[in-house]
Amino acid sequence: MLRFSQLLGQIVSFILFGLMLGYFSNSPSYTYHDSEMALIMVSFSHASERKEECRKFTQEELNTLAPNMRRPMDCPRERVPLYVDVMLDGENLLSKSYNPTGLAKDGSASIYERISVKPGEHQLIVKLRDSGREEGYDYESDTVINIEPKEIFVIDFRKDLGGFYFQ
Amino acid sequence: MEVLKKLLRICFEHLEDSFDALFGAKWNPFYQLGALGWFYYWIVVVSGLYLYIFFDTGVSQAYKSLEYLTHEQWYAGGIMRSLHRYASDALVVMMMVHLLREFAMDRFRSSRWFAWFTGIPMLWLVFTAGISGYWMVWDQLAQYIAITTAEFLDAVPIFGEAIARNFLTDAKLSGRFFTLMVFMHIAIPLILLFVMWIHIQRHATPKVNPPKELAIATLSMLLILSFIKPALSQAPADLSIVPTTVNLDWFYMPIYPIMNNVSGLTVWIALIGATLLLMMVPWMPPGKRAEVAVVHLDNCNGCSRCAADCPFSAIDMEPRSDGSAYKMEAVVDASHCVSCGICVGSCPTATPFRTKSELSPGIELPEDKIKILRNKTISASRNLTGTDRVIVYGCDNSLNPVEVSDTSVGVVTMPCIGMLPPSFIDFVLSKKLADGVFLTGCREGDCSYRLGIKWTDARLAGQRDPRIRKRVNQDRIGKYWAGMTRRKEFFKELTTFRLRLNKLDSAQLEDQNKINKSSEKVDA
Ligand code: HEM
Ligand code: SF4
Ligand code: SF4
Repeated sequence: MLRFSQLLGQIVSFILFGLMLGYFSNSPSYTYHDSEMALIMVSFSHASERKEECRKFTQEELNTLAPNMRRPMDCPRERVPLYVDVMLDGENLLSKSYNPTGLAKDGSASIYERISVKPGEHQLIVKLRDSGREEGYDYESDTVINIEPKEIFVIDFRKDLGGFYFQ
Repeated sequence: MEVLKKLLRICFEHLEDSFDALFGAKWNPFYQLGALGWFYYWIVVVSGLYLYIFFDTGVSQAYKSLEYLTHEQWYAGGIMRSLHRYASDALVVMMMVHLLREFAMDRFRSSRWFAWFTGIPMLWLVFTAGISGYWMVWDQLAQYIAITTAEFLDAVPIFGEAIARNFLTDAKLSGRFFTLMVFMHIAIPLILLFVMWIHIQRHATPKVNPPKELAIATLSMLLILSFIKPALSQAPADLSIVPTTVNLDWFYMPIYPIMNNVSGLTVWIALIGATLLLMMVPWMPPGKRAEVAVVHLDNCNGCSRCAADCPFSAIDMEPRSDGSAYKMEAVVDASHCVSCGICVGSCPTATPFRTKSELSPGIELPEDKIKILRNKTISASRNLTGTDRVIVYGCDNSLNPVEVSDTSVGVVTMPCIGMLPPSFIDFVLSKKLADGVFLTGCREGDCSYRLGIKWTDARLAGQRDPRIRKRVNQDRIGKYWAGMTRRKEFFKELTTFRLRLNKLDSAQLEDQNKINKSSEKVDA
């Protein structure tokens, strides 16, 4: 026979289990992003220039190649790293270089950065170097933006569209 | 690791002792974890099917269809949604406690690696199923999960273009992902069911259904919880703004905040490392495995009792291979056998009354031969004195009864108490090796070898072959299923048993005296 104290104990156990399920299924809450802040995302992928330019094989070099591999030009596939620079109101938010993907380092580089910023009006300068040059940039964009709290401002890059564009 | 395991085991047994006091061995949820897991799984499936009828699988309509279920149809769809969530949460709790418990109880050695090993993919399956489920709500939480998951996947550059880009602006692309999630949320639970089935393939009569009362109580608890605190969505997803504060389901997403703060590669390495480590547990340390049961055909009559009693489906009955008149013979599958000896306890030919020392029973453990058990019994009884002499038979997986041995108590242990053929009790009593026999082993409802206690109880009660012979005085048999922790109770039970033996003895003496007196009278 079930004693009263046992029954009570069973009920208490079930209540505790239920409370645990009910509570931890959605609490405590977690703050992923401060609701007072806006977000700048730098996200694009882009294929930089090749590390070396194509050049004609010399006759000696051609002779050392297997017959089925002989071709007039030598085109090393490796690309240079991308270099990205982001400045907001004169403050440096990002200066980073990104390696090309792929085993032969011949793929595009992928950039994905999230930067929390204060909302409001800002001057935004983004620069990109995708060639083998030592200094300076190949693309540059200078705009004034106005973002609200929680808003996502995306910095994208499309070579066919002429460089940086924002959404 | 051994120390940790032992400590964990003691914790579990103490906790379970208090649950035994509340629920009794039959309903103790800790003894039903696997079965409860199956039960939660079925609740999730049934409630999920209901939700699917009303769920709109398009990314823009999904949220609304769930809002409809939750608010307009709160009495059915809302309850189903809550049941779906809470039963899934309970499944995680069950699974983690089950994993920890099987570890603590050391139930993954030798051939038992199989259940452990097949349990590990279930961890991944359950978590991905749950996470894809939250994705389908397409609220802020889903958006957060989508971003964090995608960033995590992007850490391994096998997917080419960053997946996370899909959740920035391009509604079409995130829609494609959404469809993939809906598909996964149906496919993964199906795969899970298949693995759950594989998981128990090596168990004879696996416990996949909790006792009815426990099931009803559990379901009622989930229902009441669903009424009191219905599962709700958060604000709808909006790819143009960042999710800020989200209410995570901590049963499924404890690693999400970590994923936000640690590099994706680190998380991958940690997860894969942990999985590999778990996979190696059955072989750490690589101990020597006990020899498996061996059949001696010249003594096997093909009765198939051993096959019926083996808890690990390690014995098959096959057509006779030695030309004997019997039709069948027992064959042990070494890769399934865990050397528990329960088959020995069930074999009618395993009896100590055979004296020809060369005789071996139909089946036995090479390292714990029946002959040796017989010799141990005889030598344990040798110097016992008094009228309450007891032979205690114990098992190697529960408390070691050796410390109770004294001038009137002799102790013999074996891998599992289920290995003791009932004829041994008859042997001890009829040969007057002792005045009583006392059995101990794992706690009722939680035999280390699954069925040893159950079969022993049934054999002693005359409900299962080999039954104990009628001539055996049941008053001279005692038992207490002590496990590791119930030492005090074990001593008390044994003491009470010995007092009973003393009383039996004086009663018998009185009877004897009466008979003597009456015969004296006749003489006179
Ligand atoms: C959905 C999750 C799971 C379910 C529904 C489940 C269910 C079960 C069931 C029904 C049994 C048989 C119990 C019996 O009849 O004695 C069992 C045994 C076992 N489970 Fe699980 N299990 C799950 C996950 C896991 C996980 C994650 C692990 C560990 C990695 C695990 C390890 C084991 C072991 C070692 C045994 C066998 C113990 C023995 O040999 O007696 N299980 N499980
Ligand atoms: S010892 Fe016997 S009962 Fe135990 S697993 Fe092996 S064959 Fe089965
Ligand atoms: S119980 Fe013994 S006699 Fe019967 S089939 Fe098994 S080994 Fe043979």
